[in-house]
Amino acid sequence: MVTDLPPPAAPLPAAIRIADLCFAYHAKPALQQITLDLPAHQITALIGPSGCGKSTLLRCINRINDRIPGARITAGSIHIHGIDINRPDIDLQELRRRVGMVFQKSNPFPKSIYENVVFSLRLSGIHKRSELDATAETALHAAALWDEVKDRLHTRALGLSGGQQQRLCIARAIASQPDILLMDEPCAALDPIATLKIEELLHQLKKQYTIVIVTHSMAQATRCADHTAFMDLGRLIEFRPTLQLFNTPHHPQTLAYVTGSFG
Amino acid sequence: MNNPESLIRTGLPKGHGKDLAVRVLLAAGTYLIVIIAALLFCKIIKDGAPVLFTTKAPYVDLGFLLDKNETLHVFDDAQGQRHQLPASKYSEYVKHHAGATIYNEQTFSYSGGGIIGPIVGTVLLTVGSMVLALFFGVSAAIYLSEYARQSPFIHAVRLAILNLAGIPSIVFGLFGFSVFVLAVPVITSTPADRSLLILPLFFGDAVLSFQGWNSSLMAGCATLACMILPVIITASEESLRAVPQGFRDAALAMGATRWQAIRTCVLPFSIPGILTSSLLAITRVAGETAPIMFTAAVAAKDDLPWQALANPFDLLASQVQALPYHIYTLAARIPASEYTQRAQYGSVFVFLILVASLSFGSMLLRAKLRSKLKW
Repeated sequence: MVTDLPPPAAPLPAAIRIADLCFAYHAKPALQQITLDLPAHQITALIGPSGCGKSTLLRCINRINDRIPGARITAGSIHIHGIDINRPDIDLQELRRRVGMVFQKSNPFPKSIYENVVFSLRLSGIHKRSELDATAETALHAAALWDEVKDRLHTRALGLSGGQQQRLCIARAIASQPDILLMDEPCAALDPIATLKIEELLHQLKKQYTIVIVTHSMAQATRCADHTAFMDLGRLIEFRPTLQLFNTPHHPQTLAYVTGSFG
Repeated sequence: MNNPESLIRTGLPKGHGKDLAVRVLLAAGTYLIVIIAALLFCKIIKDGAPVLFTTKAPYVDLGFLLDKNETLHVFDDAQGQRHQLPASKYSEYVKHHAGATIYNEQTFSYSGGGIIGPIVGTVLLTVGSMVLALFFGVSAAIYLSEYARQSPFIHAVRLAILNLAGIPSIVFGLFGFSVFVLAVPVITSTPADRSLLILPLFFGDAVLSFQGWNSSLMAGCATLACMILPVIITASEESLRAVPQGFRDAALAMGATRWQAIRTCVLPFSIPGILTSSLLAITRVAGETAPIMFTAAVAAKDDLPWQALANPFDLLASQVQALPYHIYTLAARIPASEYTQRAQYGSVFVFLILVASLSFGSMLLRAKLRSKLKW
């Protein structure tokens, strides 16, 4: 039985406001006129067939696309809490500290578990042992990994299982205390049990963070997202509270996708 | 299936003869190489090992390793006893036996004493050129693989670097001679007559004079570094590219600047690969004769490089002896005889050991780093 509360009627404050965003790799458009308000302290899932631009959209939010040659925003804007993040005078490092990201392929550094978690602190020049220890413990607790690794914090992170590695990456991302957490198919390479753990974790995390998750699994979107955006061919087709989107899609394309007759 | 018995062959397999012939040919080629290498090493060890190793403790002839190189005097005394003495001992002998007659005296240049000068010189040249080449080479590799946009121009630059690796070492020697020995600028108050260009510097009486560094340790190091730069750049770039893209993404996504990401998440993990390439470079640098014969090496030198210096920086400006050049001198510039063999084979043997231990050291270092930094 589904016991989720119905979505509140009053519009939630938007943490991320995407307006008329167009994005292109060289001359090839990847996103066209995306307009999307992502509410704060909610989980928003981006779904759609491969190549529809959902990862590109996610990667625009922390501007990690900047490093891809030829990739640029051709029109529109992204505001995070009212600030246009594509202004030329944006502090890119600070933006990325405040907008954490977890990648599809878990990518812990071949260092110790501890060093992975405190990486962002070391980047910002914090080397005080007590401070690092405290952050490491908080972040690992938050990522539901503390109990599993507390006795081997200084062993190699690559000795962890796939699911643990991905949770370590989440711990690493939240160690810098971001406001927003971007997740690019975080469970794509994980088995169902590890996936379940991460989904439980997401429910905990959304109290503190605004979460945007790209997923291929519609089941995952229904299980954990408050809102879901369906995209196809670089366009936003439909964006509504998750249950409404899956149960009573407005758009025929969405209907075809969620019922499995397409995509 | 009709007639399944046809699956069973009669006689030898098809193409058996050809297969066997190819196999024998390939094996013969391989073992020929092994035999040649084995003969080479056996010859050097057989003739060289007795020079370096002795039967009495400490089992190593430290004199050969630690004494300075001298002229060897061979002579008979009045009793018909044959003596082989390096120049310093010879003059002592003469002083001691004043008035004694010496018969059948022969002298052999560079064949007496030890080879501390060439050993030290080779180590200095190797260390100096590796420091230079690693600094510039790794910098270039980082730029090419991490910063530069992959344009046709950058591809051309990369191709040019690769081509540099094919240039014969003697050409690098002549290049080093014309550039580092004769043309690079120095700050001096007394410019040489042959200076190509003198620019005033407006402090004291110092001028910037394009007169080169003369034949010196630093000119030799610079020339050797030029020679191995392409190897270092190419291999370093490859090992930088081998570091997973995910590490860079993760670091950048956590708010690292580009340089922070490279310094903390790319460079450390590519060090084993960079060391592997430098390992080859080290042995090449230590072994080359052509690039140093015009730029740094000298056949005979009384003092060790750091002795008799007015100030420490003169070390870089002084000429050095070097093992490969010493071997060349012993082999080609003095008449060979039974009395020169000790110096000749001994030097080659020590040289091989030196290069082998350099390689072995870097191999150990690499293995240690690899086990710590693999992903």
